[in-house]
Amino acid sequence: MTIYIPTPLRPYAAGKDSLEVSAGTVHAALDELTKVFPDLRKHLFTEEGKLRAFVNVYLNDEDVRYLPAKEATTVSAADTLSIVPSIAGGRR
Amino acid sequence: MLQLTKAVYAAIRAHGEETYPHECCGALLGRPAPGGWSIEASVKAGNTRTDSAHNRYQIAPAALVKIEREARGRGLSIGGFYHSHPDHPAQWSPTDFAEAHWLGCSYIITAVAQGKATVTNSFLLAGATEEDKHFEPETIEVVESAESLLAESVSKNA
Repeated sequence: MTIYIPTPLRPYAAGKDSLEVSAGTVHAALDELTKVFPDLRKHLFTEEGKLRAFVNVYLNDEDVRYLPAKEATTVSAADTLSIVPSIAGGRR
Repeated sequence: MLQLTKAVYAAIRAHGEETYPHECCGALLGRPAPGGWSIEASVKAGNTRTDSAHNRYQIAPAALVKIEREARGRGLSIGGFYHSHPDHPAQWSPTDFAEAHWLGCSYIITAVAQGKATVTNSFLLAGATEEDKHFEPETIEVVESAESLLAESVSKNA
Protein backbone atom coordinates (compact mmCIF):
# COMPACT_ATOMS: atom_id res chain seq x y z
CA MET A 1 0.00 0.00 0.00
CA THR A 2 1.00 3.61 -0.36
CA ILE A 3 1.43 5.90 2.62
CA TYR A 4 1.34 9.61 1.76
CA ILE A 5 3.58 11.79 3.89
CA PRO A 6 2.48 15.42 4.41
CA THR A 7 4.80 18.36 3.76
CA PRO A 8 5.82 19.01 7.41
CA LEU A 9 6.93 15.41 7.95
CA ARG A 10 8.97 15.02 4.78
CA PRO A 11 12.19 16.35 6.35
CA TYR A 12 12.01 13.33 8.68
CA ALA A 13 11.35 10.92 5.81
CA ALA A 14 14.35 11.65 3.60
CA GLY A 15 12.29 14.24 1.74
CA LYS A 16 9.90 11.62 0.36
CA ASP A 17 6.21 12.36 -0.20
CA SER A 18 5.16 8.70 -0.09
CA LEU A 19 6.32 5.24 0.84
CA GLU A 20 5.21 1.85 -0.43
CA VAL A 21 4.86 -0.71 2.37
CA SER A 22 3.61 -4.26 2.70
CA ALA A 23 1.34 -4.47 5.71
CA GLY A 24 -1.80 -6.26 6.83
CA THR A 25 -3.31 -3.52 8.97
CA VAL A 26 -3.22 0.23 9.38
CA HIS A 27 -1.19 -0.21 12.57
CA ALA A 28 1.34 -2.44 10.83
CA ALA A 29 1.64 0.05 7.97
CA LEU A 30 2.39 2.92 10.37
CA ASP A 31 4.80 0.67 12.21
CA GLU A 32 6.61 -0.09 8.97
CA LEU A 33 6.74 3.61 8.10
CA THR A 34 8.39 4.50 11.42
CA LYS A 35 10.81 1.58 11.10
CA VAL A 36 11.98 2.95 7.76
CA PHE A 37 11.99 6.53 9.07
CA PRO A 38 12.46 6.37 12.86
CA ASP A 39 12.55 10.17 13.17
CA LEU A 40 8.87 10.25 12.23
CA ARG A 41 7.82 8.43 15.38
CA LYS A 42 7.95 11.41 17.75
CA HIS A 43 6.01 13.51 15.28
CA LEU A 44 3.23 10.94 14.89
CA PHE A 45 2.93 9.33 18.31
CA THR A 46 2.87 10.39 21.96
CA GLU A 47 5.31 8.84 24.41
CA GLU A 48 2.51 6.40 25.27
CA GLY A 49 2.42 5.27 21.65
CA LYS A 50 -0.92 6.87 20.78
CA LEU A 51 -1.38 8.92 17.63
CA ARG A 52 -1.00 12.59 18.50
CA ALA A 53 -4.37 14.31 18.78
CA PHE A 54 -3.74 16.61 15.82
CA VAL A 55 -2.58 13.83 13.50
CA ASN A 56 -5.36 12.45 11.33
CA VAL A 57 -4.87 9.20 9.44
CA TYR A 58 -7.13 8.43 6.53
CA LEU A 59 -7.48 5.01 4.93
CA ASN A 60 -8.48 6.02 1.40
CA ASP A 61 -11.27 8.53 2.26
CA GLU A 62 -12.12 7.20 5.73
CA ASP A 63 -10.88 8.57 9.04
CA VAL A 64 -9.22 5.62 10.78
CA ARG A 65 -10.49 6.86 14.17
CA TYR A 66 -14.05 6.21 13.01
CA LEU A 67 -13.51 2.80 11.44
CA PRO A 68 -14.93 -0.03 13.59
CA ALA A 69 -11.55 -1.73 13.98
CA LYS A 70 -9.63 1.57 13.98
CA GLU A 71 -5.89 0.93 13.55
CA ALA A 72 -6.50 -2.83 13.44
CA THR A 73 -8.42 -2.37 10.16
CA THR A 74 -7.06 -4.66 7.48
CA VAL A 75 -5.59 -3.11 4.36
CA SER A 76 -4.78 -4.27 0.86
CA ALA A 77 -2.03 -3.36 -1.59
CA ALA A 78 -4.34 -1.01 -3.48
CA ASP A 79 -5.22 1.05 -0.39
CA THR A 80 -3.73 4.40 0.44
CA LEU A 81 -3.02 5.85 3.84
CA SER A 82 -2.86 9.64 4.18
CA ILE A 83 -1.35 11.33 7.21
CA VAL A 84 -2.94 14.75 7.62
CA PRO A 85 -2.12 17.11 10.48
CA SER A 86 -5.15 19.18 11.41
CA ILE A 87 -5.72 22.76 10.28
CA ALA A 88 -7.64 25.21 12.42
CA GLY A 89 -7.36 28.58 14.14
CA GLY A 90 -9.11 31.88 14.29
CA ARG A 91 -8.84 35.37 15.61
CA ARG A 92 -9.67 34.31 19.16
CA MET B 1 10.08 34.95 1.89
CA LEU B 2 6.81 33.66 0.50
CA GLN B 3 6.20 34.05 -3.20
CA LEU B 4 2.65 34.19 -4.50
CA THR B 5 1.35 34.72 -7.97
CA LYS B 6 -0.78 37.80 -8.47
CA ALA B 7 -3.79 35.52 -9.10
CA VAL B 8 -3.34 33.65 -5.81
CA TYR B 9 -2.90 36.87 -3.85
CA ALA B 10 -6.09 38.29 -5.35
CA ALA B 11 -8.02 35.05 -4.86
CA ILE B 12 -7.30 34.63 -1.16
CA ARG B 13 -8.15 38.27 -0.43
CA ALA B 14 -11.36 38.01 -2.45
CA HIS B 15 -12.26 34.84 -0.53
CA GLY B 16 -12.02 36.78 2.74
CA GLU B 17 -14.39 39.40 1.38
CA GLU B 18 -16.83 36.75 0.11
CA THR B 19 -17.19 35.02 3.47
CA TYR B 20 -17.21 38.20 5.60
CA PRO B 21 -18.25 38.43 8.45
CA HIS B 22 -17.11 34.83 8.71
CA GLU B 23 -13.55 33.60 8.44
CA CYS B 24 -12.52 32.05 5.14
CA CYS B 25 -9.88 29.36 4.82
CA GLY B 26 -8.02 27.42 2.20
CA ALA B 27 -4.77 25.79 1.18
CA LEU B 28 -1.77 27.04 -0.75
CA LEU B 29 -0.18 24.76 -3.35
CA GLY B 30 3.33 25.23 -4.60
CA ARG B 31 6.94 24.16 -4.44
CA PRO B 32 9.69 24.68 -1.92
CA ALA B 33 12.10 27.42 -2.93
CA PRO B 34 15.24 28.85 -1.33
CA GLY B 35 14.07 30.67 1.79
CA GLY B 36 10.40 29.76 1.63
CA TRP B 37 7.58 28.55 -0.59
CA SER B 38 6.63 29.54 -4.11
CA ILE B 39 2.87 29.28 -4.31
CA GLU B 40 1.13 29.00 -7.66
CA ALA B 41 -2.37 27.90 -6.70
CA SER B 42 -4.85 28.26 -3.87
CA VAL B 43 -7.74 25.98 -3.05
CA LYS B 44 -10.79 27.25 -1.19
CA ALA B 45 -12.00 25.12 1.69
CA GLY B 46 -15.21 25.23 3.66
CA ASN B 47 -15.00 26.51 7.21
CA THR B 48 -16.37 23.67 9.32
CA ARG B 49 -16.55 25.85 12.46
CA THR B 50 -20.11 26.84 11.69
CA ASP B 51 -20.73 27.24 15.43
CA SER B 52 -18.29 30.17 15.60
CA ALA B 53 -17.35 31.05 12.03
CA HIS B 54 -16.86 34.73 12.79
CA ASN B 55 -13.75 34.04 14.88
CA ARG B 56 -12.72 30.43 14.22
CA TYR B 57 -11.89 28.30 11.22
CA GLN B 58 -11.22 24.66 10.60
CA ILE B 59 -10.64 22.68 7.44
CA ALA B 60 -12.11 19.17 7.55
CA PRO B 61 -9.34 16.55 7.41
CA ALA B 62 -11.29 14.76 4.67
CA ALA B 63 -11.12 17.95 2.60
CA LEU B 64 -7.37 18.11 3.23
CA VAL B 65 -6.97 14.56 1.94
CA LYS B 66 -8.69 15.65 -1.29
CA ILE B 67 -6.60 18.83 -1.51
CA GLU B 68 -3.41 16.80 -1.08
CA ARG B 69 -4.58 14.47 -3.84
CA GLU B 70 -5.18 17.46 -6.11
CA ALA B 71 -1.75 18.87 -5.28
CA ARG B 72 -0.06 15.57 -6.12
CA GLY B 73 -1.96 15.42 -9.40
CA ARG B 74 -0.55 18.84 -10.30
CA GLY B 75 2.99 18.01 -9.20
CA LEU B 76 2.69 20.43 -6.28
CA SER B 77 2.70 20.21 -2.49
CA ILE B 78 0.69 21.91 0.22
CA GLY B 79 2.99 24.75 1.21
CA GLY B 80 0.66 26.53 3.58
CA PHE B 81 -2.81 27.74 4.41
CA TYR B 82 -4.69 30.99 4.49
CA HIS B 83 -7.54 32.39 6.49
CA SER B 84 -9.13 35.74 7.22
CA HIS B 85 -9.63 37.78 10.38
CA PRO B 86 -12.90 39.70 10.00
CA ASP B 87 -12.61 43.13 11.65
CA HIS B 88 -9.38 42.09 13.35
CA PRO B 89 -5.68 42.65 12.58
CA ALA B 90 -3.75 40.33 10.27
CA GLN B 91 -1.72 38.94 13.14
CA TRP B 92 -1.70 35.40 14.43
CA SER B 93 -3.72 34.75 17.56
CA PRO B 94 -3.06 32.31 20.42
CA THR B 95 -5.66 30.04 18.79
CA ASP B 96 -3.86 30.24 15.43
CA PHE B 97 -0.63 29.25 17.14
CA ALA B 98 -2.07 26.45 19.26
CA GLU B 99 -3.78 24.90 16.23
CA ALA B 100 -0.82 25.27 13.84
CA HIS B 101 0.87 21.94 13.18
CA TRP B 102 2.26 22.19 9.63
CA LEU B 103 5.89 22.91 10.47
CA GLY B 104 7.81 24.54 7.64
CA CYS B 105 4.62 25.83 6.04
CA SER B 106 3.28 29.36 5.60
CA TYR B 107 0.16 30.66 7.31
CA ILE B 108 -1.35 33.68 5.60
CA ILE B 109 -3.81 35.93 7.41
CA THR B 110 -5.84 38.66 5.72
CA ALA B 111 -7.58 41.31 7.77
CA VAL B 112 -11.04 42.08 6.39
CA ALA B 113 -12.44 45.37 7.68
CA GLN B 114 -16.15 45.98 7.11
CA GLY B 115 -16.09 43.52 4.24
CA LYS B 116 -13.00 44.89 2.53
CA ALA B 117 -9.65 43.05 2.52
CA THR B 118 -6.94 45.28 3.97
CA VAL B 119 -3.62 43.91 5.24
CA THR B 120 -2.33 40.45 4.26
CA ASN B 121 0.53 39.00 6.30
CA SER B 122 2.31 35.67 6.24
CA PHE B 123 3.93 33.72 9.05
CA LEU B 124 6.21 30.74 8.64
CA LEU B 125 5.64 28.00 11.22
CA ALA B 126 9.28 27.41 12.13
CA GLY B 127 10.85 24.89 14.49
CA ALA B 128 11.75 21.24 14.37
CA THR B 129 9.07 19.84 16.66
CA GLU B 130 5.63 20.62 18.03
CA GLU B 131 7.31 21.59 21.30
CA ASP B 132 9.61 24.26 19.85
CA LYS B 133 7.42 25.58 17.04
CA HIS B 134 7.09 29.32 16.58
CA PHE B 135 5.72 31.73 14.01
CA GLU B 136 8.17 33.91 12.09
CA PRO B 137 6.84 36.85 10.06
CA GLU B 138 7.85 36.50 6.42
CA THR B 139 7.84 38.89 3.49
CA ILE B 140 5.28 38.25 0.77
CA GLU B 141 6.49 38.78 -2.78
CA VAL B 142 3.74 38.92 -5.38
CA VAL B 143 4.88 37.91 -8.85
CA GLU B 144 3.07 38.28 -12.15
CA SER B 145 2.66 34.59 -13.01
CA ALA B 146 3.82 31.08 -12.18
CA GLU B 147 6.68 31.47 -14.67
CA SER B 148 8.15 34.20 -12.46
CA LEU B 149 8.26 32.04 -9.31
CA LEU B 150 11.67 31.36 -7.84
CA ALA B 151 11.11 27.60 -7.59
CA GLU B 152 10.27 27.51 -11.27
CA SER B 153 13.42 29.34 -12.29
CA VAL B 154 15.53 27.17 -9.97
CA SER B 155 14.18 23.98 -11.49
CA LYS B 156 14.69 25.30 -15.00
CA ASN B 157 18.32 26.12 -14.22
CA ALA B 158 18.98 22.86 -12.39
